[in-house]
Amino acid sequence: MRNKLVRTGAALAAVAVMVLGIPMTGQAAAHEHGYTYNYDYWGDVQDSADLYTVCKVYTGVDLGLETNLKNPQALYTKGDYLYLVDTGNNRIIEMLREDTETLTVTRIIDSFKGGEGPNTFNTPMDVAIDDEGYMFIADQNNSRILKLDPDLNYVMEFVKPDDSTLDADLVFYPTKVVIDTADRVYCIASGINKGLLKYEPDGVFSGFVGATPVTYEWTDYIWKRLASQEQLAQMENFVPTEYSNIYIDYEGFIYTTNSSVTQEDLRSGQADAVRKLNLMGNDILVRNGEEEPYGDLYMGTAAGHTGPSLFKDVTVFDNDIYVCLDNNRGRCFAYNDQGLLVFAFGGNGNMDGYFRSPISIEHMGHDLFVLDNLDNSITVFTTTEFGDLVFQAIEEFDQGNYTLSGESWEKVMALNGNYDLAYIGIGRSLLRQERYHEAMDYFEVKYDDENWSKAYKQYRKEWVEEHITAIVIVLVAVFLVPMIVGRVRSIKREIDKADIFRQ
Amino acid sequence: MIAAKQQEMTPRRAKWEKYKDSLKFSLYCMSHPLDGFWDLTHEKRGTYAAANTILALTLIIRIMKLRYTSFIFLTVYWEELNIFLYLASVLFPLALWVVGNWALTTLFDGKGRLGQVYMATCYALAPYPLVQFPLMIFSNFVTVDEAEFYTVISALSLVYAAILVVTAMGQIHEFSGGKNILFTVASLFAMLVMVFILMIFFSMISQGVAYFISLGKELMFRL
Repeated sequence: MRNKLVRTGAALAAVAVMVLGIPMTGQAAAHEHGYTYNYDYWGDVQDSADLYTVCKVYTGVDLGLETNLKNPQALYTKGDYLYLVDTGNNRIIEMLREDTETLTVTRIIDSFKGGEGPNTFNTPMDVAIDDEGYMFIADQNNSRILKLDPDLNYVMEFVKPDDSTLDADLVFYPTKVVIDTADRVYCIASGINKGLLKYEPDGVFSGFVGATPVTYEWTDYIWKRLASQEQLAQMENFVPTEYSNIYIDYEGFIYTTNSSVTQEDLRSGQADAVRKLNLMGNDILVRNGEEEPYGDLYMGTAAGHTGPSLFKDVTVFDNDIYVCLDNNRGRCFAYNDQGLLVFAFGGNGNMDGYFRSPISIEHMGHDLFVLDNLDNSITVFTTTEFGDLVFQAIEEFDQGNYTLSGESWEKVMALNGNYDLAYIGIGRSLLRQERYHEAMDYFEVKYDDENWSKAYKQYRKEWVEEHITAIVIVLVAVFLVPMIVGRVRSIKREIDKADIFRQ
Repeated sequence: MIAAKQQEMTPRRAKWEKYKDSLKFSLYCMSHPLDGFWDLTHEKRGTYAAANTILALTLIIRIMKLRYTSFIFLTVYWEELNIFLYLASVLFPLALWVVGNWALTTLFDGKGRLGQVYMATCYALAPYPLVQFPLMIFSNFVTVDEAEFYTVISALSLVYAAILVVTAMGQIHEFSGGKNILFTVASLFAMLVMVFILMIFFSMISQGVAYFISLGKELMFRL
């Protein structure tokens, strides 16, 4: 509906360049940006103050481990405990975060008691822990999800579902696991693309949920109709893609990430980099941003990395902000409940705060933990003053403290004047305070038409109510005056024509 | 003395009256396209001055829209806006259309001359400023829920203008309905061909110029 003139303008300029031979003054090269940045309404990169700063980077040595980490795959937090799945060493490391700066190893879990079959792990991929302390471990190469009690005794296991739609030869490789409050298990298994596997607490497989919708181009469809059997066998099938990771938020909604995506599919909205599933397995993620939440908008080749952001993990704060981890360019992208970018930071490199292959992200409060499986390290991020202010403003708004939230956003804006969310945040706060006209200005600056319309609707109503007398008078004047004038004229004409006045 | 002055004034006055009348005639063309565009050239009711005025109004409104349309409908990336290119987005297709249409129709019994094609096309643009100007003001008083009104009326004004252009061409060339539509389509193709030729032309020129520039640079190095 809304035209963005820059696109037509650019197309026109291109035509003009070709036709009129006007020399083009070099398209601005890929924008260099700082550590933390944001995209504005136009999709331009706006450098931002940092929301996060590296608190510490932990390697195996820093944690005091005898054997160094080897290809670790997952992080999990429960209370003050951080769990690290050290896949290459077939163990799970439990750490206690005593204070912001210290992470101490409390347990190294590499075996358990009881149960049939091996009582050690073989390439464990993920772990989840319920409120009573029961552990659920995706023990990949043993083809099982183990349930252990807090003292590491075998309780039960979840194995390959006895489902007729599954290939009998398929080996069950569970890679990611989450549990809900009732201890139902949801897992991703490699080679199974029908969605998440869902198990009841008693171990019974109860079906697949939330497969990605299959999309294809109509041209592909025609090709498939025309192709011979041999050609068909060569073509790729239209099948749902496998999720790369899952996360269950505090409300029990499952966030999934998908890293087998292409630039075209993301831009056309045919693929979702991140989804939020309800109990029915339907995607209910809100996407109100100018672009859908798929990470970097610019996917050009730089420093050996090309293509779209590949989300390998996601974690969801209690304020509904979700942080996605891009394995491609080593960045974290946070979106709020409306699907607007809150921040993006990171990059590839060897410095603290940069990654080589970030694979898992977790949070504790607002602090972030990022696991790198090439560096074999955990990076702990803590919020800066700016980050605190942003979260404070968002949370105050959620709690209904609209005036306070507005004040916090003002402080945010003072620190970073290029932050779209601050303007919209102040606007929304003013809107709640019924200061509609002021709110409209803030929304207009950042092209937020939905909120602007909300404010304007109220403002218009107020204005009409205040000026109703004037409006009525004007309307009456517009309709009645010409009528009266016409009437007077016709009477006058009648009089002029009347015989009695003729002489 | 007074008589002489009156004599002096009369032709100017007459011209002014003619201009006003021809400008007003665009409204008649809008409401009675067949009749109006026939009279435009055959009865000499139209003037170039009025045609230029309508075109100028179209351009002015188009620029004003950038600034005064509500951001709900049109957001402008001012940093990259080139006002001349923006004007060219109207003028360039217009010129292509006029030349392309005339060049084709003149070979196939079209009665309209180049100037008349221009004049009639400009007259047919009249709905654009007439609708878009009030619409531009209106846009500032609506919310996104009511945006459809704007979008529909705005689209209608363009469709209206397009229909008028086609009708106008039929009338000034004295074409029948079918032939008119055929030549409308043909004119569009002619426009494409002209764009193609212009592109080749200018790319060759620029290569030629680049050749001599590099030759010059080479010489400068050697000297």
